[in-house]
Amino acid sequence: MNAQAPALRDPRLNRPEPLAPPLGDGGFFQRDRSIHPPAHAPGYKSSVLRSPRQSLLSLEGSVSEITGPVFGHNDLGPLDNDLIRNYAKDGDPVGERIIVHGRVLDETGRGVPNTLVEFWQANAGGRYRHKKDTYLAPIDPNFGGCGRALTDDTGYYYFRTVKPGPYPWRNYVNSWRPAHIHFSVFGSGFAQRLITQMYFEGDPLIPICPILTTIPDKDALDRLVAPLDLNASAPFDSLAYRFDIVLRGQRSTYFENRTAGN
Amino acid sequence: MPQQLNYLKETASQTAGPYVHIGLIPAMAGFDIFEKNFSNVLTTPDTEGERITLEGKVLDGTGTPLRDVLLEIWQANASGRYNHPADRSAGALNDEFRGWGRAGSDFESGLVTFETIKPGAITDKAGRKCAPHINVWIVARGINIGLNTRLYFSDEEAANAADPVLNLIEQPSRRSTLVARRSERGGKVVYSFTINLQGPEETVFFDV
Repeated sequence: MNAQAPALRDPRLNRPEPLAPPLGDGGFFQRDRSIHPPAHAPGYKSSVLRSPRQSLLSLEGSVSEITGPVFGHNDLGPLDNDLIRNYAKDGDPVGERIIVHGRVLDETGRGVPNTLVEFWQANAGGRYRHKKDTYLAPIDPNFGGCGRALTDDTGYYYFRTVKPGPYPWRNYVNSWRPAHIHFSVFGSGFAQRLITQMYFEGDPLIPICPILTTIPDKDALDRLVAPLDLNASAPFDSLAYRFDIVLRGQRSTYFENRTAGN
Repeated sequence: MPQQLNYLKETASQTAGPYVHIGLIPAMAGFDIFEKNFSNVLTTPDTEGERITLEGKVLDGTGTPLRDVLLEIWQANASGRYNHPADRSAGALNDEFRGWGRAGSDFESGLVTFETIKPGAITDKAGRKCAPHINVWIVARGINIGLNTRLYFSDEEAANAADPVLNLIEQPSRRSTLVARRSERGGKVVYSFTINLQGPEETVFFDV
């Protein structure tokens, strides 16, 4: 904790109302696998030995899949969504200060309320605070690189951090990851569980990234690229990027008894 | 041209990468940051049910254990009820059991462990009894979209033989890829599992 950083301000704006009325009870929409990377994507070498080759067994969503863990504010600490402060020791982390915000929606356009969003990233130099990361860029003593937030009743989330740097990795000899932030989202049922990555508008490494280009659908790829959102920026403080996340559509109604903290 | 349906599209999945621990299990990455951490221990002293240890590995196409994999499990309580409002079955809820945990594999051995309870049998929409099982979700570097599978229990032979999901698997030999083997070690009940990502013993994964 340090005294220099001004408090994180809620940058919310333009929160649209949910589009669709509640649908019938039970289950999620069929997952459209054509917009996801295939398991076996040889250009991303790590996938070659780690991809199942048999067909997946199609399961009609049962109670095992339409339910999932419930999280509440009790699971989070007060600084969890402020990566500028949550690991600060004697000052602010180095790097461009940014706000990342958006909504977690389902495919019908409804916000997914009270759901846990977790995020992690490299520091401004492209180095992860991880004992297995040996990249020569320095560790930032004031930056941990992870945080989490619970969406509000409209599915809205936000956090503050520094923009991560790109970094090299051993895929091709000269492969570099575009700057990115990893996201993990739960949704309301275990079948909505998703891990993805957010990229930054204008990054020239995006079109040549062996991981990003595993996505066969150009539009699906573009939706992982967060645009600069000047309206949500904090003047003389932080730029903002907007990143909406869409989970599987759900046919079930929302659960009024699923309030935060239960 | 017909009217547009105007559904949104699901956000594309991306690999969790080798450093998934930073965000989801920071202590394994080598640092302490959150006041409250999630873990591989699903029980409290007041959780009802038979204590079990789940212990296993995820193997790649060469049989090598993944040493950077992250697993999450989701399960019903001992009464066969999930701690979620969409489960309206008759079993009793137990406040001391969320039913969810996550674990990273050991960086040397690849071993993954959970401390939990054995779930009860659940009833599906058609009213059929389903054998006790634990839902498993697997992410790692090189896994482009999280893999869903289940663990069943070797001492539930009759229930497994009647389980509607196991019976969807056309090849009987593949059903055993979902069954964890019971043993006892030092007074603890241990269920051992192996998840094979490829090969003749490839685990059955689900499109849920």
